[in-house]
Amino acid sequence: MPEPYGKTPNIAANTAGIQSPNPFWLASAPPTNCAEQVMRAFDAGWGGAVWKTIGEPIVNVSSRYSSIDWNGQRMMGFNNIELISDRPVEVNLREIAAVKKQYPGNAVIASLMVESRRDAWHTIVKQVEDAGCDGLELNFGCPHGMSERGMGSAVGQVPEYTEMITAWVKEVARTPVLVKLTPNISDIRMVARAAKRGGADGLSAINTINSITGIDLDTFIPRPNVDGASSHGGYCGPAVKSIALNMVQQVMSDPASALPLSGIGGIATWKDTAEFLLLGCSSVQVCTAAMHYGYRIVEDMIEGLENWMSEKGFASLQDFLGLSLPRVTEWKHLNLNYKIVARIKEEKCIGCDLCYTACWDGAHQCIHLDRISGPVDGHVEMHVKPAQIEAASHSAITVTPIPKLDHGKQSQHGPYATPLERIPRVDETECVGCNLCSLVCPVDECITMERIDLGLPPESWEQRTSAHTTAAVMNAGGS
Amino acid sequence: MQENFQPNPEIARRFEDLHPPFAPQAAVIEANRCLNCFDAPCTAACPTHIDVPRFIKKIASGNLRGSAATILEANVLGASCSRVCPVDVLCQGACVMHRHNEQPIQIGRLQRYAMDFFYNSGSPLPLKVTALRAARIACIGAGPASLACAAELRQHGFPVTILDRLPLPGGLNTYGVAEYKLRSADSLREVELVRSLGVEFQLRNIASEQDFEQLEEEFNILFLGVGLGAMRKLGIPGDNHPKVVDALDFIASYKTGGRISVGNKVVVVGAGNTAIDAANAAKRLGARDVHIIYRREERQISAFEFEYERAKQEGIHFHWNTQPIAVHHDDGHLSSVECVQVRYNQDGTFSKLPFPSFHLECHLLIPAIGQSPLLDLLGKCRGLQLHQGRVVVERATGQTSNPKYFAGGDCVNGGREVVDAVADGKRAALGIVNALQHEDAHA
Repeated sequence: MPEPYGKTPNIAANTAGIQSPNPFWLASAPPTNCAEQVMRAFDAGWGGAVWKTIGEPIVNVSSRYSSIDWNGQRMMGFNNIELISDRPVEVNLREIAAVKKQYPGNAVIASLMVESRRDAWHTIVKQVEDAGCDGLELNFGCPHGMSERGMGSAVGQVPEYTEMITAWVKEVARTPVLVKLTPNISDIRMVARAAKRGGADGLSAINTINSITGIDLDTFIPRPNVDGASSHGGYCGPAVKSIALNMVQQVMSDPASALPLSGIGGIATWKDTAEFLLLGCSSVQVCTAAMHYGYRIVEDMIEGLENWMSEKGFASLQDFLGLSLPRVTEWKHLNLNYKIVARIKEEKCIGCDLCYTACWDGAHQCIHLDRISGPVDGHVEMHVKPAQIEAASHSAITVTPIPKLDHGKQSQHGPYATPLERIPRVDETECVGCNLCSLVCPVDECITMERIDLGLPPESWEQRTSAHTTAAVMNAGGS
Repeated sequence: MQENFQPNPEIARRFEDLHPPFAPQAAVIEANRCLNCFDAPCTAACPTHIDVPRFIKKIASGNLRGSAATILEANVLGASCSRVCPVDVLCQGACVMHRHNEQPIQIGRLQRYAMDFFYNSGSPLPLKVTALRAARIACIGAGPASLACAAELRQHGFPVTILDRLPLPGGLNTYGVAEYKLRSADSLREVELVRSLGVEFQLRNIASEQDFEQLEEEFNILFLGVGLGAMRKLGIPGDNHPKVVDALDFIASYKTGGRISVGNKVVVVGAGNTAIDAANAAKRLGARDVHIIYRREERQISAFEFEYERAKQEGIHFHWNTQPIAVHHDDGHLSSVECVQVRYNQDGTFSKLPFPSFHLECHLLIPAIGQSPLLDLLGKCRGLQLHQGRVVVERATGQTSNPKYFAGGDCVNGGREVVDAVADGKRAALGIVNALQHEDAHA
């Protein structure tokens, strides 16, 4: 293993032949609307940019965006009803050429969406390639507005259309062709396979998810409000990352779908990036985070990824692309004899008892608040229920500590050690190892899930049921 | 008791809020920080057991009316408590965030936020008053203990009358809390809420045995929420000068009596929370130098630590191991207080140190050496057992040794906080309800 931090890892990326100095691309969206923006983005460190989708110019509405805040955090989920570029094709072409001239080392990918006519696609592909783009991304994913006109996800939701248009593009394309997949479909592999059949060189996934972000509770108008009405939009931002990761895995684990993949969906940090790469993506695309905080976020994404790679001993992206794919399997192959239980580190417990209430109401009633400090006089109640505990506290008489009246007892206020009564106890014989307590615990490393050796060999559901079947067959044969 | 109280704008200007209110978004951010502990330590630490995480999470969700109702169900004086409670030793002191290497949740300010919303909304109290029942109850004293007791009794359907000898109701909440913590006007607004439950207020001084006999005729149960008596006198030569004003009179006079001028040099005797309230007030009222003299050592200060810190920030000078021995005047004008250095002995006595006495220039002398119990008054109550000047009660019910009398607040606990008085009053109300039901059952 190389010396950690010894040599800066090489993070140059290659997605279906599209080279970029790093795997960080800006997704086709407002941050890549014009040359001035893309050049500033490249200056900030972005490796590539997928140009705001080029096609016949459209007219947009205002407003266009809405978002979901969560517990005081802004834009946990983001939604837009903006359409493709509203600028003439010629302007976009001229600006692509200008960017490529000044930034030959960065990847400029032209996102395209035109009418579903062979000649229209042939024309636009030639135009953008003549302008000097490094690759094409076919926008078969936009879920709002354009889909009503037979474009975007109207194409991406029908495997036959996807295959047909991909094939049209491939007839003339000289640069790599990526097909951008919509998640608004029951099995993303159906479209991925169609794109592959059509000759796509790579894929990008996922596009935004159909969404209504919320409704104004005073006006009853959903957001975003366009003169008293709204329309469903495309959902993205941190909220969609988990959905995107699953779809990326589905595509990459399916031999009929798998192609070089540019991962998209809620990516905001180097950690998110590493996760998409571990599931086989060779680059990632970012939009919401850049819209939230600006292009500058890429600096930490690059540095954080490099530092993590150094720690793990990865010299290049190739060293870990897809490393976690074999670790995703069907449920029936999981080991039924793997047993973990929750252990609470007393010295870290702050006594919030969220694990207790979570286990009682949301899991298997195996965390108890029945520990006692000091002398015990009489019966000790085990497995007290939450309501009894609350009732006891409620009926207790509490007074304000006043030193003068409480003779010598100093008024005590934090930080002091968590009283034993508030440190929960896990009944390991009842614990099913579900993780819930460790997930709700606000303190890092306070509740750990630890393995109990059952002394049994690994056995999956499939193995167990086939063994039963075999036994049943043998029994039947023997009778 | 009818208030036509006009707040003095000059006092409002000089006694700005100690803890400014949260702006709406800041309140939500702070509310979101709360972990929502199970069986929360903050709730357990509150004498009235306000369900703190519940009201805080209602602020986070935007259910401010529900948040206020959660507070008021447990503590009808939730507004004044949010301002005067020593939260550092109560709810906030118990916050688990202390152990999470974080600042505790600002529970007091969040409670105030919900209460301000409620009062500004002008809505009626979200408490249900049930059908009227026969037994009549009188609460003697219109302070927090009686207000809480009366509010609780009204919710059980009993007619309640609150009696007080002073024109403004609210007790120390109206007359005795530093204005930068709780304005008299806010205390009176809270009293109005209790009145709106159908509680009757009477201006009536109860002083003699005949007065008590009369009350026993009129009412089935009497609740004593009379508090403590006058502040102790210094008992030194010259202390009957009109510029020797005890701390509670001083505080009441600037809050409700229009006193503004205090002179240049003010000396406060004692180092309890009231002494500090008086000293800070003297400073805000324009005194150039304010001195606190205390016969014990710094570490024995009886004020809460945060009160002491605040006094230092206000620029109050402290003199430890210092005892006043005489008040001097010049041509009728108060001029100085003569002091000696003393040493505190293990047995609780003080010895004078062999240094000459010294004079502290002084235009207003404010003794703040504690309130004495109302021994005279309580002695008129037949069958009432006292211990060290405090009314003895059964803690869970507030019932005294005379079953017709219940008691709570300072006259029982020796002088704790508003929230303790509220808790006492509430417990006593439930004790009264039980006792009356018991009576009914055996009638």
